[in-house]
Amino acid sequence: MLSTEVLAVFLPLLGFVLAGALGRRLGAHGAEYLTTALMLTAAALSISLFGTYALDGQHTTITLMSWMSVGPLSVDWALRFDALTAVMLVVVNGVSAMVHLYSIGYMHHDPHRPRFFAYLSLFTFAMLMLVTADNLIQLFFGWEGVGLASYLLINFWYKKPSANAASMKAFLVNRVGDFGFALGIMGIYFAFGTVSFDGIFNQLGIETSFKLFGWTLDAVTLSCLLLFMGAMGKSAQLGLHTWLPDAMEGPTPVSALIHAATMVTAGVFMLCRLSPLFETVPEVLAVVTILGALTAFVAATIGLTQFDIKRVIAYSTMSQLGYMFFAVGVGAYGAAMFHLMTHAFFKALLFLGAGSVIHALSDEQDLRNMGGLWKKIPVTWALMWIGSLALAGVPLFAGYYSKDIILESAWASHSAAGQFAWYMGIAAAFMTAFYSWRLLLMAFHGQPRASAEVMSHVHESPFVMLLPLLVLAVGALGSGAYAYDWFVGEGRFEFWRTTLAVGEHDVIHAAHDVTGWVKHMPTLMGVSGIFLAFIAYLWVPKLPGALVRMFPSLHALFYRKWLFDELYNALCIRPALCLGRVFWQSGDVRLIDGLGPNKFAEATKNAADELHAAQSGYVYHYAFVVVFGLAALLIWLTW
Amino acid sequence: MDLLSLSTLLPEITLTLAALLLLMVGVFMGDRVTNAVTQFAVLALLLVAAALGATMWGVEADFHLTGPQGFVDVSLFTSLIKLMVLITAAGALLLATGYLRREEIYKPEYAVLVLLAVTGMCLMLSASNFLMLYMGLEMQSLCLYVLAAFRRDATRATEAGLKYFVLGALASGLLLYGISLVYGFTGSLSFAEVATALSQDSSRGALVGFGFILVALLFKVSVAPFHMWVPDVYEGAPTPVTAFFSVVPKIAAFGLLMKVCYGPFAPLQDKWLWLLPVLAAITMLWGAIAAIGQTNLKRLLAYSSIGHVGFALMGLAANDPRSVIVYLAFYAVMSLGVFAVLLLMHRDERMLETIDDLAGLSRVHPGLAAAMAILMFSMAGIPPLVGFFTKLYVFVAAVQADLIWLAVIGAVASVVGAYYYLNVIKVMYFDEPVAKYDRFTDGNLTGTVTAMAVLSVAGLLLIAPVVMLAQYAVHLLKP
Repeated sequence: MLSTEVLAVFLPLLGFVLAGALGRRLGAHGAEYLTTALMLTAAALSISLFGTYALDGQHTTITLMSWMSVGPLSVDWALRFDALTAVMLVVVNGVSAMVHLYSIGYMHHDPHRPRFFAYLSLFTFAMLMLVTADNLIQLFFGWEGVGLASYLLINFWYKKPSANAASMKAFLVNRVGDFGFALGIMGIYFAFGTVSFDGIFNQLGIETSFKLFGWTLDAVTLSCLLLFMGAMGKSAQLGLHTWLPDAMEGPTPVSALIHAATMVTAGVFMLCRLSPLFETVPEVLAVVTILGALTAFVAATIGLTQFDIKRVIAYSTMSQLGYMFFAVGVGAYGAAMFHLMTHAFFKALLFLGAGSVIHALSDEQDLRNMGGLWKKIPVTWALMWIGSLALAGVPLFAGYYSKDIILESAWASHSAAGQFAWYMGIAAAFMTAFYSWRLLLMAFHGQPRASAEVMSHVHESPFVMLLPLLVLAVGALGSGAYAYDWFVGEGRFEFWRTTLAVGEHDVIHAAHDVTGWVKHMPTLMGVSGIFLAFIAYLWVPKLPGALVRMFPSLHALFYRKWLFDELYNALCIRPALCLGRVFWQSGDVRLIDGLGPNKFAEATKNAADELHAAQSGYVYHYAFVVVFGLAALLIWLTW
Repeated sequence: MDLLSLSTLLPEITLTLAALLLLMVGVFMGDRVTNAVTQFAVLALLLVAAALGATMWGVEADFHLTGPQGFVDVSLFTSLIKLMVLITAAGALLLATGYLRREEIYKPEYAVLVLLAVTGMCLMLSASNFLMLYMGLEMQSLCLYVLAAFRRDATRATEAGLKYFVLGALASGLLLYGISLVYGFTGSLSFAEVATALSQDSSRGALVGFGFILVALLFKVSVAPFHMWVPDVYEGAPTPVTAFFSVVPKIAAFGLLMKVCYGPFAPLQDKWLWLLPVLAAITMLWGAIAAIGQTNLKRLLAYSSIGHVGFALMGLAANDPRSVIVYLAFYAVMSLGVFAVLLLMHRDERMLETIDDLAGLSRVHPGLAAAMAILMFSMAGIPPLVGFFTKLYVFVAAVQADLIWLAVIGAVASVVGAYYYLNVIKVMYFDEPVAKYDRFTDGNLTGTVTAMAVLSVAGLLLIAPVVMLAQYAVHLLKP
């Protein structure tokens, strides 16, 4: 029973239970060491599982128990292991272990560490349930579980009103996506009569339709669109993305783990897991492509203008997720997973590095108050450079391989949507490099802008924080080149086997044969973005201000995040609040409470007063009642 | 007079002899022997109960025995009710000792009065003749009047005793008048002959007689609107007496009510099955609503007991005497437990009896508060405690008898009633504690509280055998 597979999934749950239930008894140190040790063990087990299921190409499903069996619907708790799961296991457990380790240092001032580590472990477990799911319902369980953990962790500093608001926003926006996801699962069940992945894949191509308000809709297409809606919410795609930047209110390790490396990639994972299904609905894939491309572009433009170090990285994450989605959209699932993996390393690295900067500057997050830090925290500086080089797609760093193959696939797909995605992606690649170096230069180079007192306290982070950064840096440096062959190279069929669908037109194969200038375009864009950033933020510091004055409305649009929040406020939140107030004050308070419970309670109280008045204490009153009762009873009896 | 027919009175004879013996001992040896007398009385009650239980063992369900001159008739039903009376009386007597000693009214007469009251109850339960019934009922009532005023130097206790006596005399008068009417119209006092006469010709005069008798019995059971004496007497009487009142005479009177309804007045079943549901509904609602706003715990429990009587009466109204017995058996458990808690509440040698005195109990006496909470939840009918299942039985009975409206009223009444039970829990767990109570030195009380709380939890397992036993016992009542 306690096989490696089960342990790798359930050790984090054990950590959660122990730290959560016995946190006070274990003490802060006990809880953090225990959960971290369990996570490190799980990570080590995951690596060995990667060998079994990815490299040796086995696959298996371990059924733990039956969950529910209602009529024709039967759902098991089952762990599905194949190459896709193995990749996700390494990413999730690996990054989670590093983040646990890092948090020991980062959170050491916080009095509520047992709770923090319990939540981190809970998140990891939920994420593992998601990636090992063998059916849609279990996947949904994990999906909601990570949503819950995300909510709890964003709101970890629950006394901060902004954290409260951000956590609620994350939860509610995700609810919109999850609503679609749940409907999608029901639609799939309607169409296929099963929710298990194998059951669905065995019946691909069936024709079922819904009738809705007189329209006839293809059930599979609609269900896939709804499933994608779920993915949009969780992976912060344009439209349902507004929660992700706000989620940066949570502690930085949380941002690294949940809002960069793992949870937000759940949507990508889900689409890859269901790739055989999505291959049958090209219309949906076109939607995915266009939306992903737009996300990549819009997020990058916003990233250009933000000043909060974590928000810049958050928009960068959103933008990179857009890349993954349009990779899925054009059918390059391997490339999407490849970028998911490399991105997990370098983005976690960037976030944790940013955390190290914030830590060094005593919780300062505004780039305008940084500068000139590189001499004081050289290790962090160097690691941030590595992360940024990987993000910008500079050759030999991890992001170079994965981003290139995505852009090449988009070009090679020869569809209108693919072309659109390529242009958007190229533009985004340029901006990515630019804002990454904007961040680096503003934070580490130039003159210090922080007060002398803050600068005098600047210190390099402790070893327990730097070690995870170093590990992740190795991933950011080497994972692209090392794993290229497995994910998208010649070995990809051997590696993925049947877990990822390959369309009739093998996009990744075509991507290797694109013309030269297309191949070199991303690198060129990346390098020129870096160069321009140097000009604007180091050599000619007046340039950005001049540009802002030249295009004020464009800057305002980017700076105010394309006005999505304002739009949603006006369209949804204010009307909903209005409606809520109407229902609350006139519906609930006046109508239901007024005539229901309160009225009833009042009537009862009045009746009690009447009865008390009757209980006068005089014997003749009582005798009168008895006689009166007797008379009434006799009349009734003899009627 | 043969010995076999005399043996039907063996429990009553034994109890009478014991009472007389203890009275003599008490008179001649004074207060020194109070403890011994009380313990002996408890022993006598339990021995008689054990003997009675033994006679029930392995007996056929339709077994019954007629006593001398056809004045008494015992069956499994009467034996079971007597058994309940004897055991709860012993329990109530055990609860009393500490209180009586503290209030300096610990005298041998107390135990003797209890014994004589129980004797009266047993006699009236055995009765199969209206004269016998009247005798037994008066015997127990007279003892109860004295018990209510046992603290004769306290005005409230004497007031309670006097009120009880005056109103009880009214009820006795009604009973006698009813009996004489029945005799006049049927020509007999024997239950069997009355039943025969009524089944042939039920004249309006006999019906009036039945009405008088019914009101007198409903007065004893404290069914609304004949219950008005209950809150005043319960509040005024010494607490252990209230504990006794709330359980022992109630069970006996209920047993008598059932015996009379299914015995001589069985031919009038249509009439009383039509009447009782309404009375049950009034009683449940009155008990539930009037309890709201009470600050005195004893008064609160008085209304609570009225409400419970309403629920039990619902079982009878649904023509299911089995559910009544089950309801009463576990009501006795909860009630004795709650009164034991009440008797433990004293501070600086002074009894406490308001709800506010329970404030913050959970922090100063967590165990006591937990037991009280269990008992209150059980009384409110919250699953999985036993109070829920007994209520469920009477509700099911009502629904099966097509009295759905009555079940609905019952549910409403238990929701309203839950308010004051939960209020007690709220006060114990969420209000600021005042001060500790005096040390608990009375093992009887702490033992009772524990046992009754445990029984309320374990009732889940006990309820099935009790239902079986009740099923057996009512076989002759309702074949």
